[in-house]
Amino acid sequence: MSPAQPRESALLAAALERAGNAAENLGDWTLFSLRAARGVTGRSFRTIELLTICLQVGLSSVGVVAITGAFIGMVLAVQTYSQFHTLGLETSLGAVIHLSIVKELGPVLAAVMLSGRVGSAMSAELATMRVTEQIDALACLGVDPVKYLVGPRFLACVLMIPLLCVIADLMGLAGSSLVCLQIFKIDAFHYWQHSKTFLQPWDIFVGIGKSVLFGGVLALIACHRGFHSRPGAEGVGRAATEAFVYSFVAILVLDFFLALFSNTIHDLIWPMQGMQML
Amino acid sequence: MPEDTTSIIRLADVSIRFGKQLVLRKLALDIRAHETLAIIGESGCGKTVLLKLIVNLLQPTEGEVFFERRLIRGMTEAEVTRMRLRVGFLFQQAALFDSLNVFDNVAFGLRAKGGYAEDDIHRRVHERLGEVGLAAAVEPKMPAELSGGMRKRVGLARALALDPDVMLYDEPTTGLDPIMTDVINELILKARRRRPITSVVVTHEMRTVRKVADRVVMLFPVARLGADENQVIYDGPPAGLATSEDARVRQFVEGEARDRMSAGKEDE
Repeated sequence: MSPAQPRESALLAAALERAGNAAENLGDWTLFSLRAARGVTGRSFRTIELLTICLQVGLSSVGVVAITGAFIGMVLAVQTYSQFHTLGLETSLGAVIHLSIVKELGPVLAAVMLSGRVGSAMSAELATMRVTEQIDALACLGVDPVKYLVGPRFLACVLMIPLLCVIADLMGLAGSSLVCLQIFKIDAFHYWQHSKTFLQPWDIFVGIGKSVLFGGVLALIACHRGFHSRPGAEGVGRAATEAFVYSFVAILVLDFFLALFSNTIHDLIWPMQGMQML
Repeated sequence: MPEDTTSIIRLADVSIRFGKQLVLRKLALDIRAHETLAIIGESGCGKTVLLKLIVNLLQPTEGEVFFERRLIRGMTEAEVTRMRLRVGFLFQQAALFDSLNVFDNVAFGLRAKGGYAEDDIHRRVHERLGEVGLAAAVEPKMPAELSGGMRKRVGLARALALDPDVMLYDEPTTGLDPIMTDVINELILKARRRRPITSVVVTHEMRTVRKVADRVVMLFPVARLGADENQVIYDGPPAGLATSEDARVRQFVEGEARDRMSAGKEDE
């Protein structure tokens, strides 16, 4: 037997153990999410609690979403202008940038910002409640902590993220248009005409629909990490970090599959639309 | 172990493991109705875990827990909730809800249970806070504004608000000065005098044990037990602790380090 074999089998065992843990975590998260959903349908919390969390989610994220949305639009305009200008297609910039923002960058940006700004805070708050036994105290007082704490946070993210997505879209459109029309002096009529032709209501629907899914997923990931925090300050910090990292990865993976799915649905409903535009 | 017909809570050969660490091993314990049982033992021997098993916050790896002869594992979600509403729990750091003031903390269980008019909730909250010696002026304060002793008293008022049949106290006097320790001890006795309840007090304080307990159970850490040894190394009245035949019990009661200062012993 070669000496490398025991090491290989140890590595294989470690890999299998990690895969097992990941599968167990995913299963646990799924059950946790179903329980939270039951909290939403069963209204296991008061309206005032939901409104308070909605306000916190919206107010704490709106500034950062608006600023990043505007600058992403401006950077896109700067980076794409030279290529389009070389080909004499600069009036098409509006269509390309606006479509990218509304379908992809707006929802992803809103979700990532919400995850960083609100998801981590939610996770840290719930982790602190776990560490200080407040979650156990809720259970002892006859309240289901998952339904009571996660239900309103999930609903608040799902309700507020479309608004944040629209703000990110509008600021991105404003930023890119400012650069294209005021700095690069692109003809405004054709710029907007191309935008109008290519940007369809379906694209806006897809962008906002995606943001709703991102909002739900990031809220459930953040709350799940908070609920499963390890003891102590380190546990709380780790829960907040994991909430952001896991949410970020989940948003990007989900975005890929949703892009495939939405394009397939679009082609089934309007099979010849792409040809007609050309 | 034969079943004790007067027991309200029964742990039947309960073991619980966290990862590779075995915390409770084949623990058999009957808690009789209306008694005050003190559970003592070194840190890490599973005292708090035992309390959490009783209210199903943790589930045993092996063995079963019974509440009024009903198997907790076999209860539905609604039955577990009903059982929990009959058990008051005073947590080690009181576990007051940070975002709620004192009044709302004490009223929380009443509102969650439902069926109480707001006037009735106000009356009950005033009564419970009065019973633990807190004035109405404390009601609008947030938990962060309270001292350790006040937090414990608010936690006790919250636990007693639903008139529980069983009270679980997790180290109720830890971190308090001697006077406040005695205040909490008196409140434990007062809660029992008000109506006949079963109390389980997890503590390190021998003064608390002597003052409130009818019966004492001492647990020993599994890591330092022999293979066939019982984890319960004392079960009897408080008066018998000092004269126990087991040197480990006497050492704990006297609070002396002895062999625990040897290398490696302190971390076990």
